[in-house]
Amino acid sequence: MARPSLRTRSPEEQAARSARIRASWLLSTPALILLTFAAFGPLLIVLAYSFVAPGEYSGVVWELSGQGWFEVLFTRDIFDDTVSLAQAHLSIFWRSASLSLLTTLITLIFGFPTAYFIATRPERQRPLWLFLITIPFWTNLLIRTFAIMEVIRNEGIVNTVLLNLGIIDQPLQMLYTYGSVLLGMAYVYLPLMVLPIYASMERFDFRLVEAGYDLYASRLDILRLIVLPIVKPGIVAGSILVFVPSLGAYVTPRVLGGGNNMMLGNLIELQFGQGRNWPLGAALSITLLIIVACALVFYVRAANREDPHG
Amino acid sequence: MQAPAPTDTTSPLPAIEARRVTKIFGEGDDAFQALDAVSLSIRENEFFTLLGPSGCGKTTLLRLIAGFEQPSAGHILLEGKNISNLPPYKRPVNTVFQSYALFPHLTVAQNIAFGLQRLGKPKAEVADTVERMLRLVKMEHLKDRRTSNISGGQQQRVALARALAPRPRVLLLDEPLSALDLKLRKEMQIELKRLQGETGITFIFVTHDQEEALTMSDRIAVMSEGKVLQVGGPREIYDRPADRFVASFIGDTNFLPAQVISTAGPRARLAVCGVEISAALPEGVEGPALTMALRPEQLRLEAAGAAGALQGVLKDTVYFGTDTHFHITLTDGTPLIARVQNARTAEHAFRVGEPIGARPQADALQALHD
Amino acid sequence: MADRTFEVRRLPGMAAIAITCFVILYAPIVTLVVYSFNAGSSVALWEGLSLRWYAVAWDNVAVQEAAIRSLVVAASAAAIATVLATLAALGTTRTGPFPGRMTIYTLINQPLMVPEIVTAVALLIFFAMIKVATGYTGLAYLIAAHAAFCVPFAYLPIRARLEGMDLSLERAAADLYATPFATFRHITLPLMAPGIVAGAMLAFVISLDDVVITEFVKSAGQDTLPTYMLGQLRRAISPEVNAISTALLALTVLLLTAFFFLNRKRN
Repeated sequence: MARPSLRTRSPEEQAARSARIRASWLLSTPALILLTFAAFGPLLIVLAYSFVAPGEYSGVVWELSGQGWFEVLFTRDIFDDTVSLAQAHLSIFWRSASLSLLTTLITLIFGFPTAYFIATRPERQRPLWLFLITIPFWTNLLIRTFAIMEVIRNEGIVNTVLLNLGIIDQPLQMLYTYGSVLLGMAYVYLPLMVLPIYASMERFDFRLVEAGYDLYASRLDILRLIVLPIVKPGIVAGSILVFVPSLGAYVTPRVLGGGNNMMLGNLIELQFGQGRNWPLGAALSITLLIIVACALVFYVRAANREDPHG
Repeated sequence: MQAPAPTDTTSPLPAIEARRVTKIFGEGDDAFQALDAVSLSIRENEFFTLLGPSGCGKTTLLRLIAGFEQPSAGHILLEGKNISNLPPYKRPVNTVFQSYALFPHLTVAQNIAFGLQRLGKPKAEVADTVERMLRLVKMEHLKDRRTSNISGGQQQRVALARALAPRPRVLLLDEPLSALDLKLRKEMQIELKRLQGETGITFIFVTHDQEEALTMSDRIAVMSEGKVLQVGGPREIYDRPADRFVASFIGDTNFLPAQVISTAGPRARLAVCGVEISAALPEGVEGPALTMALRPEQLRLEAAGAAGALQGVLKDTVYFGTDTHFHITLTDGTPLIARVQNARTAEHAFRVGEPIGARPQADALQALHD
Repeated sequence: MADRTFEVRRLPGMAAIAITCFVILYAPIVTLVVYSFNAGSSVALWEGLSLRWYAVAWDNVAVQEAAIRSLVVAASAAAIATVLATLAALGTTRTGPFPGRMTIYTLINQPLMVPEIVTAVALLIFFAMIKVATGYTGLAYLIAAHAAFCVPFAYLPIRARLEGMDLSLERAAADLYATPFATFRHITLPLMAPGIVAGAMLAFVISLDDVVITEFVKSAGQDTLPTYMLGQLRRAISPEVNAISTALLALTVLLLTAFFFLNRKRN
């Protein structure tokens, strides 16, 4: 290939090029301005708030302080000033992490077969099945959480039926437990797992499966050695799409978990409500943001490794 | 047998002139040079073809003339005026796109009217021209159809009519026939030639199909790797290829090593595989060692041993219907293919594995630049 | 397929789990919808078909106000987000690659990546500052916040539409003497219109559904339907919330169905 031999380009080419770039930025600017003021700009203020002292009733006092970050993990005894780990926070972190991982696992167990099922329907039926997945996806998260709550409440339909059948003599306490939060999160985030897996499954060439059977593979071999490795990018994408919002979940644990099953999102809210510790809330927010950013970076790396051509 | 090059007497100014046009895409290490100081002069009313393999820069040159890209260096002149800094919508040049690029939300007639309306032509004139164009490409009956509901060949005609309607000074055609099947392509080749004759507009036609280029063009520029290798009429390009690339890209060619024995003016006596042959030496081609091009159909086969014929052994024969290819290995090991038209009456008498002679026609050997 | 006894696409158990999955997805929603028409106040015992709870919700002034506020915010936010997203999509798809394009993509899609609760907290703090500084406590905060997180949802279908559109159409227009504005008006805009409609509808649905950011950004007395419902859940539950949910659900399904058919026509 000929090596370019020019040092400077013609003024016409340079003018056309800079006009192009200017137009691109000019057109994107209004959206970027709105997002700066009403989305990512304020995140910088949160970062600043995590490094100042809490105000007496709410808000902050503008002096540099590590108090907020300190209280993320530690607590200082009011009487003797001894420092110990903040057990309440640690248990909330643990609950957030375990609930998010379990939610991801459960949605994967149900989501993969569902995506596989849709992808193997006749081509004309597929949009309809997909539409059935997207309706819950676009339905208000609060309504879906509320629907689960209705079903598992003490006065809900499950308990009522079981009581009437005489299987139990008093209602099962299903609501406001760890299990109810897990059920609710798996329920609301399931479509987020199905859609990306379906997207990579849709392009899957089933002649590869024929080739596999032709070469003496069993059904399990087909799944393990052919289908899973090829749709892995979709599985990774789905897992991230479920894991990230699970970690920051607020509505579902609040509605289905009651006061005893708080997650990170509820702990953050508490600092801006009753807790009145804005720097701690800010530090917790930044912590959540960093964990999510790490998950996303992991995802981008994994995606690049999987797909050297894209 | 060389056809005289058409002489430039009608118009003092070329329709399109490229002056040392260079185009580089990208920056730094990713930079790719699509055109390397290309200079070309295209005459008015000419059917001019840019021919070359994909990636040779022919489409880039077309896009520079249309104004979709700007040259990195050099100038494009339209009838003597530099148009390098004019946007496409101010250039009296129209394009027939490879994908046709018909507006899918408009009808056939609306597509054809588009350019005229943008030029602000009065309604009556627009309607009149559209009618004329529809007749010209024989599409009157489909004028109210959406362009997505007509066949590929019909889309091709609409694209042509749309580009011709504003009466451009130059019409650019970017591989417009490549999406058509063989039969339709042959028809459209004739159709395009007719349209060019009827409208008198300069056509610049881009293709990678050498046969298409040879049958349609007044002149051809053969391009490779961003450079123009040879410009000339179809006969000239075929019979007098300037270098090895042109010789092998257009038609089938045998390449034979030769030594210069003696020169006399433009002619020389050469030793080719032990046979002494006289040939013309183009300007700039010098010995002592040369490469000669020899078209397979410009050979006559005969019994081995006669003086003045290339000697070798017949290795294989391949039957092609209209003709037969004889694969011969010459005495010095050089492979040679001879093509002989099949006669209805006689079968050839040559046996595989036996010696054979191949006699080049007079002046069939063409000395190549390196 | 000639051989019907061996279906290569079949893997045992997949269909069973998938059907279970669909049942689980729809059972709670269907239950909720059904009991919104219950005459009694139970969400488990059926006491007859009635529109009683719809009447209760309809006559509730707080619900009326929240519903109107929801629609006003969603419509304004969707309109703003769609216009901005359309411009940005034009800027990032029609002019070829340029330095900084990845940055613009990232910034526009940022609301999809940052957890809602974090954005909510950030806006709470930022808007509190502005409220103190200006004294203005109107709906503009909610509309701005909603418009911002709706931008990526409007942007995605518009960009997808533009990317699926052959760039040579616009080149052809320019070649046929159309100025950049004429090209936009006669070619680009009509062809991208389905994408714009789709983007606007998604933005509207997303805004209508939002709970977390609204909960943090709203001033006193600025409940939207979702935050009103969230507040009601703290108290004793009445099927009134079922009725509101069903109404919202119907609106969402309606919009999505329209979106579905719009998409289908395009293909």
